[in-house]
Amino acid sequence: MTTMQVLFLIFAAIILGSAYKVVTTKKMIHAAFWLIATLFGVAALYAMLSAGFMAMVQIVVYVGAIAILFIFAVMLTRKDLRDSATPLNDGRFLAAVLSLLTFGGFFLLLKNWTGFTQLPSAEVPADMVGKLGTALISPSAYILPFEVASVLLLAALIGAVYVAVGATKNK
Amino acid sequence: MIPISWYLILAAALFSIGLFGVLARKNAVAILLGIELMLNAVNINLVTFWRYLEPAKVTGQVFAIIVFAVAAAEVSVGLALIISIYRRRDTVVANDIDLLKW
Amino acid sequence: MATNTLIWLLPLPPLLAFFIIVLFTNKSNKLSHIVGVGAAALSWAGAMVVFFRSLGVEHFGEHPFTDSIPWLPLGDGWLEIGVRIDPLSAATLFFVAWTIFMIFLYSVGYHNFGQPKGDHDKQGLPPHGATVENEHGHKHSVPSVEPMYARFFAFIGLFAAGMYTLVISDNLLTLFVGWEIMGLCSYLLIGFWFAKKSARNAGIKAFMTTRIGDVFMLLGLAFLYSATGSLRYEVIFSHEVLHALESTPAFWGLSAAGAIGLLLFIGAVGKSAQWPLHVWLPDAMEGPTPVSAMIHAATMVSAGVYMTIRIFPLISAGWDGYTLTPTMSIIAFIGAFTALFAATIAVAQNDVKGVLAYSTISQLGYMMAAIGVGAYVAAVFHLITHAFFKALLFLGSGSVIHGMEHGVLHTGNHDLDPQDMRNMGGLYKKMPITFWTFLIGGFALSGFPIVTAGFWSKDEIFADAFAHGHTTVFIVLALAAFLTAFYTMRQITMTFLGDAKTPEAEHASENTWTMTTPLVVLAFFALAYGWVGIPENFPILGSFSSNWFHHFVAHTVHLPETHAEFSWIPLITSLTVALGGLAFGWLTYRKQKAGAVDPVKKWMGPLYHWIENKYYFDEAYDFLFVNPARWFSEIFTYKWMDRGLIDGILHIFGPIAYWIGHLFRERFDLPVVNRLIGDGSADLVHKAGEKLRFVETGRIQQYMIAAMSVFLIIAAVLYYVILI
Repeated sequence: MTTMQVLFLIFAAIILGSAYKVVTTKKMIHAAFWLIATLFGVAALYAMLSAGFMAMVQIVVYVGAIAILFIFAVMLTRKDLRDSATPLNDGRFLAAVLSLLTFGGFFLLLKNWTGFTQLPSAEVPADMVGKLGTALISPSAYILPFEVASVLLLAALIGAVYVAVGATKNK
Repeated sequence: MIPISWYLILAAALFSIGLFGVLARKNAVAILLGIELMLNAVNINLVTFWRYLEPAKVTGQVFAIIVFAVAAAEVSVGLALIISIYRRRDTVVANDIDLLKW
Repeated sequence: MATNTLIWLLPLPPLLAFFIIVLFTNKSNKLSHIVGVGAAALSWAGAMVVFFRSLGVEHFGEHPFTDSIPWLPLGDGWLEIGVRIDPLSAATLFFVAWTIFMIFLYSVGYHNFGQPKGDHDKQGLPPHGATVENEHGHKHSVPSVEPMYARFFAFIGLFAAGMYTLVISDNLLTLFVGWEIMGLCSYLLIGFWFAKKSARNAGIKAFMTTRIGDVFMLLGLAFLYSATGSLRYEVIFSHEVLHALESTPAFWGLSAAGAIGLLLFIGAVGKSAQWPLHVWLPDAMEGPTPVSAMIHAATMVSAGVYMTIRIFPLISAGWDGYTLTPTMSIIAFIGAFTALFAATIAVAQNDVKGVLAYSTISQLGYMMAAIGVGAYVAAVFHLITHAFFKALLFLGSGSVIHGMEHGVLHTGNHDLDPQDMRNMGGLYKKMPITFWTFLIGGFALSGFPIVTAGFWSKDEIFADAFAHGHTTVFIVLALAAFLTAFYTMRQITMTFLGDAKTPEAEHASENTWTMTTPLVVLAFFALAYGWVGIPENFPILGSFSSNWFHHFVAHTVHLPETHAEFSWIPLITSLTVALGGLAFGWLTYRKQKAGAVDPVKKWMGPLYHWIENKYYFDEAYDFLFVNPARWFSEIFTYKWMDRGLIDGILHIFGPIAYWIGHLFRERFDLPVVNRLIGDGSADLVHKAGEKLRFVETGRIQQYMIAAMSVFLIIAAVLYYVILI
């Protein structure tokens, strides 16, 4: 087993372990912290996939912004469910079965795919970040999706402010 | 070297854990946490396929970046909704939010 | 430890202290100040090691300590950050480390560590004192501990980290990072007693005013980066780059180098409170006194001057040693003007810290003027000596205020302002250590000949300005120096000499060792630091001196060769204005009675109101900028544009849509559809809905489980039936 493989297994264990804690921990604030652990693990995977930029973005955007937003939301909705016996609802067995079935379905699909055990076909070009940046803003590539995504973000921002503030006004 | 299968299976497992969280958690914020896990699984897939199949093209990473943006939008609106509901109804339990029932 | 590693570590202890105090020790005052002062001591020790190692390097100017690491990937390269200790930063590091350490130590005593909690102290207000009962059942008032003691040490820790970052960085970007950290901390610390409205406003004012400068500075950085592709000193101050920048025209007849220098200088104008952005600094006195010392001596304002000295190669690009570049002329003008202008205001201040605030602005003007006339070394020298004696004066004034508060607690007259100099007098008997150290600091500020550090640094500025023929600057600075000596002596006389003017002043008392030790240490430097920079051509004393400071610092940049002959004129001027001002101040105020009219007021008549009200700059800025901005946002944007115009348009669409809908219903749905087809379809849907509605539990997760099940079933069917 190569070093990379050992590293992969370590990170996979971190990701899956903390993801499991995210969906089962009772205290919401702890779940949010476990999510941060998962996100860091995923960032490490990106780095292993030689997508350093993605790893950076993962940390900056996910850990830096989204996870913090979660922590805020958890703190704002403080009346937590600590007194109830389980953080899971009545449909949890059905949910578990469905999740397992989904995983099985994925596995089956992937197993029958011919390229399932292939290795990387080529090296990553040197100036990946530069290419990515150019592609995102060039009219012959992805400027439209990029702009649409930015409009979506703006709309979401305004919507979020409206929804969150409107509630107090109507009270 | 690591075969592509490892990454794909990891992503599938992460997706399923996230799905379980979405389906089974009581707390609405936790449901959003589950969705984040699922989105991350998708992103792992995108980046993995980029690396193993077409490393010379940027498509995979561009998609992943768009997913980041969508995730950010989803979280902000979702959390705003949850906080708004919490203010009006004093609960974040998904099962209590059932105004739309028969 | 390798010197380069050590340099990286310098800002770390105070930064860690900030996080440790905020996260863990904020409940315990004792642990918090141990962490805070300990961190300052660690950084101080590291800075001393770096400084003394730098002394051992031959030709240190050409071989500074540098180290860098790649930081951000930028397409075809890396943005590098690094550290650099050259003679300039080594000298800066020396005074920064000393003053910061002393201020940390002083804060322990100033915030009454070890005293009981106040009777009715609240977070965000200064402590009001506590009542304790001794064994005989006799109640008396004692000072009470600051309610937000731990928080204070966290904030000044972060502040110190910002300053260390700024000093050690080898590029303008990390310098700017440190700069902005300090901007934030100044806001937090000036508004430390946030329950006072004046403190809140002062914090906002400081933040907003320095922000104006920072915007220009950022523009300058962007200009510099786009022109050279780098922000590292090594690159931008190399001969080729400087030459290229100098020969590129920018705007208003300035070269690119001059334009960038000017933009960056505006940043320093904000940070170092030069006219016309000086308005924030006097208000910054609302913070606790150690903060004032921190802002006015060790860190913030020094940072502005340090940066201007740093970019001296840009400012002076094209300077042959005689004719000033346009940028240099502007800097010299603003510096000299500020020096005189602030000195005149200081004469009419009655707040013990207010005098010092304007004197700081004035002294910073000296440094700027020195940079403007190309007296590079003199500017650095004055920056350092000023840091020592101004830190000393601020800490001394804090000690005075603290002593006066003792008196206030004793008499119980809480209406008395313990900062007003008119209420003091005779304190030299009550607070001997504070008096002697304050006297040393005051004399250094006035430039008392030979023994004080201020004399040597000021004298060097005079000599340089005179020798290079900048007579106007020279005269303005000399006038300012006279006023400086006058108001300093006025302050000393009103505060310490004569008879006590109030019962509170009679009951003032000396403070604990944590407050007096820093005073003594700083007083030592306020005297001794001058001796390292005695010019060689000075009569008699020069032959004993090697002028170590000049030789050490001058190699940081390449200065044009100029010959400065020794001249008696600046020396005699300097002696005359310093001694004359001191004597005049003493003669005027020594017989001053309690409640008597200020003699300056008698001489000046109506003009005095102008000075007393700081030339109405605050009012003018309110009228010119603040009120229009308020009008624009509240009346114009909100009321007219948003409520009136945009909402007005939107309100037109509503009635139109309503009218169209109404038209359809009346003219099409009711007469045509209902008559011809009837309501059968609607009824059917209604009945089906009745039967099916129990599926709608309103529980989102049940819907999802159902959807997921259906999806899995369909997927399985598709997979087995169609694909295979």
